Amino acid sequence: MTPAYVVRRIGFYTVICAITLFFAVPMLWIASAPFDASPGLGVRWPDWTLENFRKTLSHPYALHSMVNSLLICVTTAVAVTAFAALASYALSRVRIPGRDALLYGLLLLSSVVTGTAAMVPIFVMMFQLGLIDSRFGVALVMTGGLLPAAIFILKDFVDAVPKSYEESARVFGASTLQILRDVVLPVARPGLATIMVWAFVNAWGNFLVPFLLIRSIEKQPGAVLLQTFTDEGGSANLAVIPVFSLLFSIPVVVLYLLVNSRYGFRFHGGIKS
Amino acid sequence: MATASPPVPGRPARVRRPAQDVAGLGIGRAVGFLAPALLLIGAFLVFPAIWTIYIGITNYRLTGVEAVSPSIVGLANYTRALNDALFHNALWLTLLFVLGSAIIGQNILGFALAWTMRRARPAVRRTVEALVLLAWILPSTVVAYLWIAFFDRDTGTLNSILGTQGTAWLIDYPMVCLVLFNTWRGTAFSMMLYSSALQAVPPSQLESARMVGASGWQTLRDIVFPHIRGHVLTNTLLISLWTANDFSPFLLTKGGPNHESETVPVYIYNVALQGGELGYSSAISFLLLIANLLVALLYLRLLRRRS
Repeated sequence: MTPAYVVRRIGFYTVICAITLFFAVPMLWIASAPFDASPGLGVRWPDWTLENFRKTLSHPYALHSMVNSLLICVTTAVAVTAFAALASYALSRVRIPGRDALLYGLLLLSSVVTGTAAMVPIFVMMFQLGLIDSRFGVALVMTGGLLPAAIFILKDFVDAVPKSYEESARVFGASTLQILRDVVLPVARPGLATIMVWAFVNAWGNFLVPFLLIRSIEKQPGAVLLQTFTDEGGSANLAVIPVFSLLFSIPVVVLYLLVNSRYGFRFHGGIKS
Repeated sequence: MATASPPVPGRPARVRRPAQDVAGLGIGRAVGFLAPALLLIGAFLVFPAIWTIYIGITNYRLTGVEAVSPSIVGLANYTRALNDALFHNALWLTLLFVLGSAIIGQNILGFALAWTMRRARPAVRRTVEALVLLAWILPSTVVAYLWIAFFDRDTGTLNSILGTQGTAWLIDYPMVCLVLFNTWRGTAFSMMLYSSALQAVPPSQLESARMVGASGWQTLRDIVFPHIRGHVLTNTLLISLWTANDFSPFLLTKGGPNHESETVPVYIYNVALQGGELGYSSAISFLLLIANLLVALLYLRLLRRRS
């Protein structure tokens, strides 16, 4: 234990502490303000109360928006998973003409056509189709946006499934659909679960698409409604915003922990919006 | 339509085998399997991207005469963009945003975390990584409120820490706030990517560097960096692309005050939906698409060369 070593260790832990604080401090507000009797924008030890929760739950649109979020995200997640599963299986196992070009195109699409770059044409298109103010329209747009990356991630999973399973099932006389249902589907389940959670989390946090496409407040999902909470005076409603933020974050964190503990965190593209 | 992330570099190279149709699907049914996904992608991703080109050469507006019968104006929207001081401002701010929060902030902080957490105690490592990941997975609207509260003029945490009550950070220094916010928000990706990249550095080489008395900096420069150079490049491209397309500055500042934090995505929104100029904003969207395409092509090229 030379002095130089001690100094280095102290420096090391100072840096770690600084970085940890940088990440932790902005989050303290969501941990304290929801439970504070007089919530503000500052962080302080709360004057414990659950009154804010009562106020939030009795807010006319708060719970409703959670249902809207759920509706949009479940539709998106199921559609993304189902269509990406079918597509990735076909791409992994069958030599379709032009397959490599198609894969390359999908890979490009997944990063080039972002929500911000396509918001104007998407708005105009949905406007002309009469799909403005439709939750189903929002789910459709999100599904289209998430599919290319989903197909890619799932194709990696399917590629990793040994073909010998399907071969032996076939030797024993299983039909194609039986093989898909009874052999491929169970083996690919971790991949499907991951992609479903990934799509759900992406759709849950998506602000731009519903913000563009949904007009009426009773159809807004939570991500947009959270922006509109004001009190009678027109300033931010601080009884509702912290509680709603907390409740709105819980599904994302729980799903993330679930996938992480069940399948281990797989690092492909990441669970991110 | 999120900034859906493409597969990430650093995974083991896939073995290229000819596809074997082991379940006996056949090309016909395979195409049927592909059809629903391709239809949706075509309708809600490819078509809008191509349609941008057409809207971009019209004077289409949200309201008024041009909303009913837009006419083709050729490249007028593009020549207008060349002389639009607000568009130049948006480009400049986007450049600052990408440079500060992605290329410098996320990259360096992500690498520093990956490098230091390698040898930290498991408990420390898990706690720090969990916090960084949490910043990444929380919904963006919630994160925006966390930072609005953090920067608040009267009771904000930052002012309490620094003892600078009354400083309205989001109004006085909007771009600094956005850079800090986005560094916080996105570092997790770089951290994880560099963590997995660092595992490819042979421990024996690090060991011999230590034996000959190389300093930490020398070790990083001569041993570690050559091994992860490819990852640094691809990571930088990817996070730059995401940052340039990030809409969350809108949630924090709405582009204000007085266009001081109006990055390109926010500018597109303000021109299109606030100003109602769909034609002009489409032209700018198309420029953003082209920029994205160039970065993505470069990214895929680098990725291919490495594997």
